[in-house]
Amino acid sequence: MELVCPAGSFPALKVAVDEGADAVYIGFRDNTNARHFAGLNFSGDQLHQAIGHAQDRGVKVFVAINTYPQPRGWKNWQNAVDQAADLGVDALICADMGVLEYASRRHPGVSLHLSVQGSATNYEALRFYQRHFNIRRAVLPRVLSIQQVAQVAAQSPVDLEVFGFGSLCIMAEGRCMLSSYVTDQSPNTGGACSPAQHVRWQETPQGLESRLNGVLVDRYPTGAKAGYPVLCKGRFDVQGQVYHAIEEPTSLNTLELIPKLAEIGIKAIKIEGRQRSPAYVQQVVRVWRQALDQFRTTPGSFEPKPRWQQALDKVSEGAQTTLGAYHRPWQ
Amino acid sequence: MQLSLGPLQYLWPRQQVFDFYEQMLDLPVDVIYLGETVCSKRRELKTGDWLDLAANLARKGKEVVLSTLALIEAESELKTLRRICRTEGFLVEANDLAAVEQLASQGVPFVCGHSINIYNTHSLAFLIRQGARRWVMPVELSAATLSDILQELAGQQLQVETEVFSHGYLPLAYSARCMTARYHQLPKDNCQFICREYPRGLPARSQEGEPLFTMNGIQTQSGAIYNLLDQVPRMRALGVNLVRLSPAPSGMEEIIRSFDAARRGEPVQVEVGEPTCNGYWFAEPGMIFKSGTSL
Repeated sequence: MELVCPAGSFPALKVAVDEGADAVYIGFRDNTNARHFAGLNFSGDQLHQAIGHAQDRGVKVFVAINTYPQPRGWKNWQNAVDQAADLGVDALICADMGVLEYASRRHPGVSLHLSVQGSATNYEALRFYQRHFNIRRAVLPRVLSIQQVAQVAAQSPVDLEVFGFGSLCIMAEGRCMLSSYVTDQSPNTGGACSPAQHVRWQETPQGLESRLNGVLVDRYPTGAKAGYPVLCKGRFDVQGQVYHAIEEPTSLNTLELIPKLAEIGIKAIKIEGRQRSPAYVQQVVRVWRQALDQFRTTPGSFEPKPRWQQALDKVSEGAQTTLGAYHRPWQ
Repeated sequence: MQLSLGPLQYLWPRQQVFDFYEQMLDLPVDVIYLGETVCSKRRELKTGDWLDLAANLARKGKEVVLSTLALIEAESELKTLRRICRTEGFLVEANDLAAVEQLASQGVPFVCGHSINIYNTHSLAFLIRQGARRWVMPVELSAATLSDILQELAGQQLQVETEVFSHGYLPLAYSARCMTARYHQLPKDNCQFICREYPRGLPARSQEGEPLFTMNGIQTQSGAIYNLLDQVPRMRALGVNLVRLSPAPSGMEEIIRSFDAARRGEPVQVEVGEPTCNGYWFAEPGMIFKSGTSL
């Protein structure tokens, strides 16, 4: 299975390459990709440099152009597709049907991957994207159980990539508007969930408060570990009970599923986290490289090593990990 | 302009569902969307019951559209979907591309629901060429974007009806998890259909008491009611063909009558007795409410 790693910056890309990524995925420095945060991503020139650096070392480069353009922004998405294609990327990761159609007609030689933001959770939807846009691969949303992933894989007309590690979206990606309900941007429209300019932290007598566009997302007692205020991980009041009404802050970690994912024919594992530091990328890619190598050499006796789990726990959101939707009881 | 009644988002007891639609026969809604769009576990009405109800309402003069599941994860759900897509005599609303795939392959016209991501003219034109006869604008889009899309489309000689979600809690997200079962500490696969206890969803407020979301099984809705009543004239000017109202367990007649008055050009005013929002329409955060005078 191919290891696909996040690179939100040139330093992150370098460590991903050094630690053994098979592919890196990157984005332009604007809202054409779903990790549009200040200080992240690549200008056109940097993209050129990044592609050279990775490809010279045998590592593929995928460019995410995976948000949904509205009419006034359409030309930026079109330009992003043209620019990335002209630079010789190994694949474009797209979600919008208009963008996919444009890329497949204009650059038929460039591989298209369906972004997780394309929200295809079943093989009929995959057939649709494959028939019309000739996608070669799709990234599955993090809402399916491992049994469901197996069902999709058995009938999928394209290669599948699944998330292996990182922050956990518990909503079907591409169909979540919690962020734009409270701010004016969602991943679909603005390329960001909980855009940083709307986030406020405030020490109060009741503890540290995190707010998103004024809305209290959570309140932490002194000394407690505070998480980035995404709405699905906030603590809310439901009929007098205050708890993580939607989901606890936690990271997805599927090391132990490697044999199962390989068995059902998954072609690539994606590590989440273009918004994370080079140190995170280094730690996570190193562990996953070792794990995948070990599985390749001794598939029959593969078991995650405790030190891998410990290393990953350190960089996990909420310092805890879960199998997420892959694991039936979680559903 | 037509008034449409969107698919029922909640789990109501069987008889309540029949009574509700019986009441609709006497009210000025032109188009009724029927079917389960949120959770395939819900079985107060089976697919066959929905189809019978559809036939009944159609016989009594309503235009009926069969609506389909938004988040399709299992083979059993695809099976139900295929059955609905093969039903003759009704238009089908696709809420996932699996449905578009089915309907387009059969060469029948269809409706694209608001959970099909159509954010620009290119996507809309593409789907029209696949057979989309009507589209419901994604709820987070604004009047300005709608105007741009419809103007661009007009230059392309492509015909489509436009529908706008105009009243009710906004469908904001779909998850593998069931938030209602979670509140009751029940596992999803033994949920005991607990969402039936909440005929208009379970409200989640911030710790400061601000209404934020409404939890409806695997769907998260807005905590405030989206209400575009006073925007009906603008919708008409933009070329919107259908104004969608989302079923509520009480007060539905009043909602329908007020929108009916608005489409006949009578002066209307948005009542804000309960938390109300309209931000998306103005390209603002969805939760915001802009009052008539500031328009």
